[in-house]
Amino acid sequence: MNKERLATEFCGLHLATPVMGASGTFGFGVEYEDFVDMADVGAILSKGITPEPRSGNAGVRIAETPSGMLNCIGLENPGVEVFLEGILPKAGKLAAPLIVNISAGTAEEYGELAAKLDVDGVAALEVNISCPNVKEGGIVFGTKPEAAASVTAEVKAHTKKPVIVKLSPNVTDITVMAKAVEAAGADALTVCNTFMGMAIDVERRRPLLGNITGGLSGACIRPLALRLVWQTAKAVQIPIIGCGGIQTGEDAVAFLLAGASAVEVGAENFRNPRAVVTVAEELDSYLERHGIANAKDLVGALEA
Amino acid sequence: MKKHVIEAPVLENVPIADGIYRMVFHAQLLAIEAQPGQFVMVMKPDDQATFLRRPFGIADADPAAGTITIIYRLVGRGTKAFAKMKQGELLSVEGPIGHGFTLREGRQLLVGGGLGIAPLIFLAKSLPEKPLFLIGGRNEKEIFWKDLLAPLAEKIYVTTDDGSFGTKGFTTTLLPDVLEKEQPAGVVTCGPTIMMKGIAGLVKESGLPCEVSLEKRMACGIGVCLGCTFETTAGTRKKVCVDGPVFPAEEVFA
Repeated sequence: MNKERLATEFCGLHLATPVMGASGTFGFGVEYEDFVDMADVGAILSKGITPEPRSGNAGVRIAETPSGMLNCIGLENPGVEVFLEGILPKAGKLAAPLIVNISAGTAEEYGELAAKLDVDGVAALEVNISCPNVKEGGIVFGTKPEAAASVTAEVKAHTKKPVIVKLSPNVTDITVMAKAVEAAGADALTVCNTFMGMAIDVERRRPLLGNITGGLSGACIRPLALRLVWQTAKAVQIPIIGCGGIQTGEDAVAFLLAGASAVEVGAENFRNPRAVVTVAEELDSYLERHGIANAKDLVGALEA
Repeated sequence: MKKHVIEAPVLENVPIADGIYRMVFHAQLLAIEAQPGQFVMVMKPDDQATFLRRPFGIADADPAAGTITIIYRLVGRGTKAFAKMKQGELLSVEGPIGHGFTLREGRQLLVGGGLGIAPLIFLAKSLPEKPLFLIGGRNEKEIFWKDLLAPLAEKIYVTTDDGSFGTKGFTTTLLPDVLEKEQPAGVVTCGPTIMMKGIAGLVKESGLPCEVSLEKRMACGIGVCLGCTFETTAGTRKKVCVDGPVFPAEEVFA
């Protein structure tokens, strides 16, 4: 791939490509070292970190659905202390910048978490206000503009790192949330997290997931996420990371044209552990084919 | 060990029993590196209908021929799509994945049920001493495995739920007698959780080492989706895909 065509800046971070691994599908980056050269990865979005360790939801947590999957993991993670002591020393030194995804139960806890993560090795924070699988935190903040704004302001007050807020698609009007978070000081947005869904085993008359409902991801959500990126990009000035069902370079191009400055690849990493790099390679061949000097030139360039 | 993603040509894909298929594919690197108890995550490339890879225990690996064998049951979209695959078609294979069985000295007793017997075939071939088998099924039709195991086993004990073959009952019914009579050096079990739990409980009383191989729903196989995690008896979280699928029985069952 041509690094000059793909290199980009996002919130002051120098990225080798605009293609990142989405939180919850890319581990802490280290899990993918067998498959990709981290120098070819735009950024690593860590598994969601919470103040305390969490064991997640009971029962079946994964279900395949048409062209996608449901999950109800429930933010299983070792907690911020174990992350700082045991994971960051290695994950923070990979060739790709590590953006830490955070979740907490109150705005104050989000702030405390941000303060603890204001350390070397952490390139930026992605604030998860959109996990559909936990009762406290997560989605509660993702559906109320005032709550989302207070979390954003609290995180901003406790860190020098760029703050990216990951929005939920499970709202009536995502632009209301986007504007509230922008006004509260967010440096960027990720659009979007998983869509709430469910699946039923009709033979047994039981839900497929232990938590009954879960978050839908994969190719099936791509048109839904694309529409949200398009709407959000028209409503805010801050940059957007497009996320939702991206599998190929051409999918990434579509999100850039709709107004995203970068993209995250999520569930596709489970099918193809090289997906973050293959999407970047295919994006590069699109740029070459169309004689475009840099991926940045595509951002918001939709003719409509 | 490094994991690979290989586009592997299918060499053979045939039914070996009612609703059960054996697939052999060529994947030289995996065939050399695979250890008994490890598994592969496979999918038909470019098949969007089956979004996720499917995990299968490695039933055999032949480093000389460069082949891997899996045995699968037709259960849903994924396995039905696999069953239609013809010789020469490419399968995307990720592996080898996981932490396999301990290859212990002395005569081992391998206790299997259903598709859980598949990885025990590879284990039996790899153990320093010919093992004993204790296998269970609902009826005689489900005991087709005995013919596959015959060349690898010193002796095969069989139970069926309905008594149509071997001893009537479960593997747990016959286990105490087998332990008493054969005095194995250790026990390995793979099959339904309820069976492994029963076996592990009985072996615990004997003080023999016992390993179990777990199966859980997973999306990635490399420790990131966290679909397959569980709490060990010591209260720690482990991932079936990378910490297992093989665990000491006492880590899984209290």
